[in-house]
Amino acid sequence: MKQFLKTAMHNRSFATGIVITCFIVLMAAVSFIWTPYDVTNLDITAKLKAPYGSHWFGTDHFGRDIFSMIMVGARNSIAVALAAVIIGVGIGVPVGCWAAARGGQLDEVLMRGNDVVFAFPSLLSAAMIAAVFGPGAINAIIAIGIFNIPVFARLSRGAALTLWPRDFIMAARAAGKNKTRITIEHIIPNMANVLIVQATVAFALGIILEAGLAYVGLGTQPPTPSWGKMLNEAQTMMSFAPHMAVIPGLAIVISVLGLNLLGDGLRDVLDPRLSRKRD
Amino acid sequence: MRTMKKLIAAAMVTTALAPVVLAGQALAAKTSLVMGMALEPPHLDPTAGAPAAIDEVVYANVFEGLTRIGSKGEVLPALAESWDISADGKTYTFKLRQGVKYHDGSDFNADDVKFSLDRARAEGSTNAQKALFAGIDSVSVGDANTVVVQLKSPAGNFLFNMGWGDAVIVASETADGNKANPVGTGPFKFGSWVKGSSVNLVKNGDYWGTPAALEKATFRFISDPAASLSAMLAGDVDAFANFPAPETVPQLQADPRFKVVIGSTEGETILSTNNTKPPFNDVRVRRAIAHALDRQAIIDGAMFGQGTPIGTHFAPHHPAYVNLVDRYPMDLEAAKKLLAEAGHPDGFKATLKLPPPTYARRGGEIIAAQLRKIGIDLETIQVDWGVWVPEVFKAKDYDLTIVSHTEPMDISIYSRKEYYFNYSSDAFNSVIEKLNATTDEAGRYELMAQAQKIISEDAVNGFMFQLAKTGVWNAKVNGLWENSPVQANDLTGVSWSD
Repeated sequence: MKQFLKTAMHNRSFATGIVITCFIVLMAAVSFIWTPYDVTNLDITAKLKAPYGSHWFGTDHFGRDIFSMIMVGARNSIAVALAAVIIGVGIGVPVGCWAAARGGQLDEVLMRGNDVVFAFPSLLSAAMIAAVFGPGAINAIIAIGIFNIPVFARLSRGAALTLWPRDFIMAARAAGKNKTRITIEHIIPNMANVLIVQATVAFALGIILEAGLAYVGLGTQPPTPSWGKMLNEAQTMMSFAPHMAVIPGLAIVISVLGLNLLGDGLRDVLDPRLSRKRD
Repeated sequence: MRTMKKLIAAAMVTTALAPVVLAGQALAAKTSLVMGMALEPPHLDPTAGAPAAIDEVVYANVFEGLTRIGSKGEVLPALAESWDISADGKTYTFKLRQGVKYHDGSDFNADDVKFSLDRARAEGSTNAQKALFAGIDSVSVGDANTVVVQLKSPAGNFLFNMGWGDAVIVASETADGNKANPVGTGPFKFGSWVKGSSVNLVKNGDYWGTPAALEKATFRFISDPAASLSAMLAGDVDAFANFPAPETVPQLQADPRFKVVIGSTEGETILSTNNTKPPFNDVRVRRAIAHALDRQAIIDGAMFGQGTPIGTHFAPHHPAYVNLVDRYPMDLEAAKKLLAEAGHPDGFKATLKLPPPTYARRGGEIIAAQLRKIGIDLETIQVDWGVWVPEVFKAKDYDLTIVSHTEPMDISIYSRKEYYFNYSSDAFNSVIEKLNATTDEAGRYELMAQAQKIISEDAVNGFMFQLAKTGVWNAKVNGLWENSPVQANDLTGVSWSD
């Protein structure tokens, strides 16, 4: 682990990415115990203040402190994106591995089912879910999670298929292990690298999707602050309070950039072929 | 190659001609108007639905009544040229205008008036304002141009009532088709309705009165405030009678292309309360809510300062208005005490359903924050009008909601049985009964004052503010209304200056 971190920190993408990501996560964690102001407390007399001394990022049209809202919003973005990734990995990886292990008709059916889910844009399926169950953070998680399932299913199936003919798997089969055990003990550990990289990317996408859903009113509901909703509210106020749009916009850009750099860096560090090439 | 040359030649000619054509257009004043509206009407028959959006398209443009409400709220003659009121105030004899034709070419006469009024007050009538006609005892046709309306008791506001969009005169042959294809007598004919986008009206060449200056009028429906702003700035829309983004007013005011007129409406914006649902059936709880509301903060936060605080359900610009704003000053201690007396020392949970307008969505967030301070934890639920009307207004399945009541002089809704407030007070009902029977102005004002005080005392709803009318239009457009005494966008007198 120490060795891994040492090589990893030499990778510039990874280093930048991990720093940004840790910062965002830290901000979200701190918001549980402390924010400069209470985000549910409206102070109309202090509305639309540009960034200054006591309000670092200014205030919004209700006089809420934007810095506090960004902190709580980060918590919300991370929670939704993380839960969606967990759904994607939790369902997608077993499905992919199952398809790869059994092959044949089952493989065909599972993968075509995947294609069907893949064919729906996530925003559309989210709108559908929101129409049936009502908008909210939980439904946003489900919508984004469903979108993540086929991504992980395809990836793990592909990775598993390249692993199955390998000698050490053959050896395990010859030793009499059944397919489920081989999958758990050998296949999944050997494709962990790709999964981790994909999870980082899916996480970044999840943040963007969450913001998009909140922007159109299908995500997190008020009074919980969310970056997408902040952007939506800022729309008509761009001309006289640009900070209301710029700051949540930057928050999304920076956190997505951080996660993508982290993903890129991880791929370089974890993929033995790439690292050999660099040496 | 030759084709290429031809193309180039053609292009050059077109370019040379273009300025001429443009100059030609600029010389004559425009004769079409695009009016922006936030809401699309569900249908176009004002005699069969409550939504203000219906009247805002067809009132005075397509349909006319016996009387008409002018821009200052005055009663003007319309299809009735003149009228006589008997000494006892119970018999109204209307002399109808002659030579009036419906848009389908048929003639207008006294039978249509009798048909329309009888239809509106009939047993199974779908009219949204049946109360307007409740006082009518009988309608009889004198001759082709005379109608006699007999009232059960004298009604001081009868002529005003006949000017509502719900009281327009329709023809018996076309009445059933008015929802999709409205046929009236007004200065504009119905052209087409592109669902989800716009309603187009065209000038009625055979209009009995002063013909409209506009050849074409389009009502375009834009529900998103940000899109409304872009449409206005881009010139896609010429006017908004009620601009949905009050925060952008300074920006529009600073732009010489636009004229911004802030007028008054009849819209009492209230926190409607389900008066039979616990814990709101306890007057102490409702009073606690009234004490917890900071009206000025709501106006500043949701409407960017546009709006007048109210303490009861009555328009502040009306001479009979009683200022009851200070009956429940913002006082969190008093509010908490009242809640404790009512048995909720730690507050309670409830829901707040918010329809789409800015005043409701933004106002709702502010109210939720204000009530949280006295321990009332509101879950805000955003709903579309398509859900709000059946769920809240009809089925009364709600705790709290926010809505602006834009009908003029509508305090009598508090005496309606089965109205969605679920409020009933014998004292209030008897005042309204007396009011309906009183014709002298001083007496009416006195009763109106009493009515205002009763609902304020009972804290029926959270009375917040009178909605302002934020009119924004192209500086070259003349003749649009500055205030909204009724729900209408009367385009009769609208024209462009060059």
